[in-house]
Amino acid sequence: MLVLNKEQIAHAIELMACQIINSIDSQTDIAVVGIRKKGIYVGQRLAELLSKKLGRPIDCGSTDITLYRDDIHDPEKVLQIGTTDIRFDVNDRTIILVDDVLHTGRSCRAAMDCVIEFGRPAAIRLAALIDRGNREFPIQADYIGHHLEVRPNETVAVSLEECDGTDEVRVVASN
Amino acid sequence: MKKNTNELLIKNGRVIDPLNGIDKVADVLIKSGKIEKIGSISAAQADVPEGCIIDAAGMFVTPGLIDMHVHFREPGDEEEETIASGSAAAVAGGFTSVVCMPNTDPTIQDETSIEFVHRMGRQARKTHVYVMGALTKDRQGVELAEMGLMAKAGAVGFTDDGNGIQNAAVMAKCLKYASMFGLVVSQHCQDNSLAGGGVMNSGYNSTILGLPGISPLAEELMLWRDIQLVKSIKTRYHAQHLSTAGSMDIIRKAKEDGLPVTCEVSPHHLLLTDDTIEEYDTNYKMNPPLRTAADIAAIKQAIKDGCIDALATDHAPHLESEKELEFLYAPFGIVGLECALGLYIKALIKDGTIDWPRLIAMMTCNPAKIIGIDSFKGSLSVDKWGDVTIFDPNEKWTVDVNKFISKSKNCPYHGWELEGKVKYTIVGGEIRYRDCGTNAR
Amino acid sequence: MADKFKWTRKHLLGLRDFSRQEIEYVLDTADSFSEVNQRTIKKVPALRGKVIVNMFFEDSTRTRNSFSIAAGRLSADVVEFTKKASAISKGETLLDTARNLEAMGIDIVVIRHEAAGTAKLLSRSINASIINAGDGYNEHPTQALLDVYTIRKHRGSLDGLKIGIVGDIAHSRVARSNIYAMTKLGAEVTLIGPPTLMPPQVSKLPVKVSYDLDEVIEHLDVINMLRIQFERLASNPFPSKREYSRFFGLTDERMQRAKKDIIVIHPGPMNRGLEIESSVADGPNSLILQQVTNGIAVRMAVLFLVSTASK
Repeated sequence: MLVLNKEQIAHAIELMACQIINSIDSQTDIAVVGIRKKGIYVGQRLAELLSKKLGRPIDCGSTDITLYRDDIHDPEKVLQIGTTDIRFDVNDRTIILVDDVLHTGRSCRAAMDCVIEFGRPAAIRLAALIDRGNREFPIQADYIGHHLEVRPNETVAVSLEECDGTDEVRVVASN
Repeated sequence: MKKNTNELLIKNGRVIDPLNGIDKVADVLIKSGKIEKIGSISAAQADVPEGCIIDAAGMFVTPGLIDMHVHFREPGDEEEETIASGSAAAVAGGFTSVVCMPNTDPTIQDETSIEFVHRMGRQARKTHVYVMGALTKDRQGVELAEMGLMAKAGAVGFTDDGNGIQNAAVMAKCLKYASMFGLVVSQHCQDNSLAGGGVMNSGYNSTILGLPGISPLAEELMLWRDIQLVKSIKTRYHAQHLSTAGSMDIIRKAKEDGLPVTCEVSPHHLLLTDDTIEEYDTNYKMNPPLRTAADIAAIKQAIKDGCIDALATDHAPHLESEKELEFLYAPFGIVGLECALGLYIKALIKDGTIDWPRLIAMMTCNPAKIIGIDSFKGSLSVDKWGDVTIFDPNEKWTVDVNKFISKSKNCPYHGWELEGKVKYTIVGGEIRYRDCGTNAR
Repeated sequence: MADKFKWTRKHLLGLRDFSRQEIEYVLDTADSFSEVNQRTIKKVPALRGKVIVNMFFEDSTRTRNSFSIAAGRLSADVVEFTKKASAISKGETLLDTARNLEAMGIDIVVIRHEAAGTAKLLSRSINASIINAGDGYNEHPTQALLDVYTIRKHRGSLDGLKIGIVGDIAHSRVARSNIYAMTKLGAEVTLIGPPTLMPPQVSKLPVKVSYDLDEVIEHLDVINMLRIQFERLASNPFPSKREYSRFFGLTDERMQRAKKDIIVIHPGPMNRGLEIESSVADGPNSLILQQVTNGIAVRMAVLFLVSTASK
């Protein structure tokens, strides 16, 4: 079932950008780090938007959390390791982690572990395009694009133009 | 006659050039040290300087003879022979090229030694001196010698002559390694476990004389073993101075199987048996030893059948003081360069075993091919080196060791009546030997 | 990056039966670990709590240290085992030693041994994952993997590359593993050396053979020099060091005749002046030090991957 179309996704990202700007001092040093695969593209769009609004370039990187996952030794999991790409200094900056869907909170936990390997940020904030609730860890997003009520047996499928050719968010029943 | 230039016109001789199938009376013209023409050539046409015409009427004119197995005892035993004295003896025997064996002291087993021999040969300015390098270090049959560097320095093959490679794995390694260089691996076939401390052929005579014998199997076993290795390793292999009937069978089979195998025999193994050792005369002591009449017959038959590729003297000089010992203790070997041709004629032509072209082939184009110099020597094709031997096939002469040019005189041929005398030995168009004996012109 | 490709190998015993896809998967995984090795804090918790035993029966600096460092960066615990200081010297068999260690709870054994097939023997006998760090003349898979990784990093792909492996092929496990890895990735491999250093019937492998380095060097894109090993041989298959280096040494002079961008690799340790001249080993075409650096990433990848398949 389609829940967000292209315009609605763009609107959600815009919303997050405004939330971020409202929450910081104009001179706060921020940087964006996208999580996993789709969070990377959301992060890139967010970073671009932020630079336009703030009138200065915003550093953007990405993290692959495979090595930090707590289910790394689960025999059922098919792991594909990607590369973490954080080329800027994280020390004393506010790092905004960006994910496409915030669900259990485990990915965010892993992403934080990865970021602090690179240094000591002044603060870490979490921005999620979709918050679908049902946390397993005490993790909350600071900036949310859209809330969704989703049953446990349903999956939130995010498609982004950069990798899937189209922008849409669907809720599908998982088997 | 002559001013020594490198131009010659040789007229009226019977030209025998087996590689090119020539056997006829013709003239040979050498210009700039190279064969220019064979045919009917007048002095005017030849345009050679005054005194550079040889009248070879009644004589044979052949490509320069090649002896691929000689021992010039330099470095180390210069009192026995030097490269200079050996070269002079060689041209006296009609040889324009020889191949030295590496069992000198020190052994010829690196590029410096190869270059040394070449240099001494050049300086002597007689026969052209080639050399084989050792197969293994100090000819001990254990570690490979520097075949690559020796090949680069111009060695024409490798051998541990004097010794045979006892260990099969080492021989296999030698064949494999040598295959990189395209040079022949030459073997003195002698299994030491069977040769024991023998000093003559093992047989009736050794029993009667009370001397330890060298079994024919010592030669045949190693020869057979090597042939099996060559079947899979396919490097060019040459068996030196074969002496037994059994070896003839092995060689014959190897050639039938198309293997890259060649071999040589020495004059004494065509003419002398172990009956001659009666008086314990060490001039009859050599290695491989003199065998029996049956062996001689088998070798001659093999020559007739075309199984033997080359004739080689194994010229092995020793001082009289060295040979003048008990048969048991005297060194092996006899000289032979200066009467070789006459001996081969006696052994093979006189009784009709082979004809002249065949004999000449075994002394020219065949050895040239084995040592890889056939692109410029061993025949009288146009542009080949002007190496020519002129001899009178009918001239009778008596061997007198005291007149030998070689420093050493150790051989059993003193007083022998031979037919066939070398008149001129020409290297690169230069007369390097001229017979000044009673019948000289 | 392979989609949906599931890594199933619990052991890394050799590359002879590896598919191209499996090799590329290891190399892709190594890319991630290369990135980790660029950070200030070169550590990830991926193998936290796992125990890795470095079981080296032959001397080694490079490989052993490389595995130690790789294991450490994955947060694993490393147990160092040397033959001299072990019960093996008191006559305990290999399997008894391994089973004892297993009883203490180990996850991965990295084994180097002078007898071919040892890694396979262990894999049948204990439950841990086995990584072959070199067994006799058989294979040295992680060396081959880091070699092809280094070439791939530099050139993008091995397809169509002409690679020469020079030296003692007969006694080289590195040569064998490299032949498998390189040919499976699409390279054309030529073995170069004297015939006395070629194993029997080697031309049955998908390789060319040449006894003449000077003839082939101008065609090569990559030249892989092997160490000439004196310590292993009973009797020498070539006469002297100077003859070997004259005919098969990688000299400055031969490099002049090679392609300008030829890559030079060597598994180490080098005999400077024998199989390779110092100026070449330290020169612009050499990726020898990169091999060592890449070795850590590749070994991290291998340790990580076998642990994911362990059941």
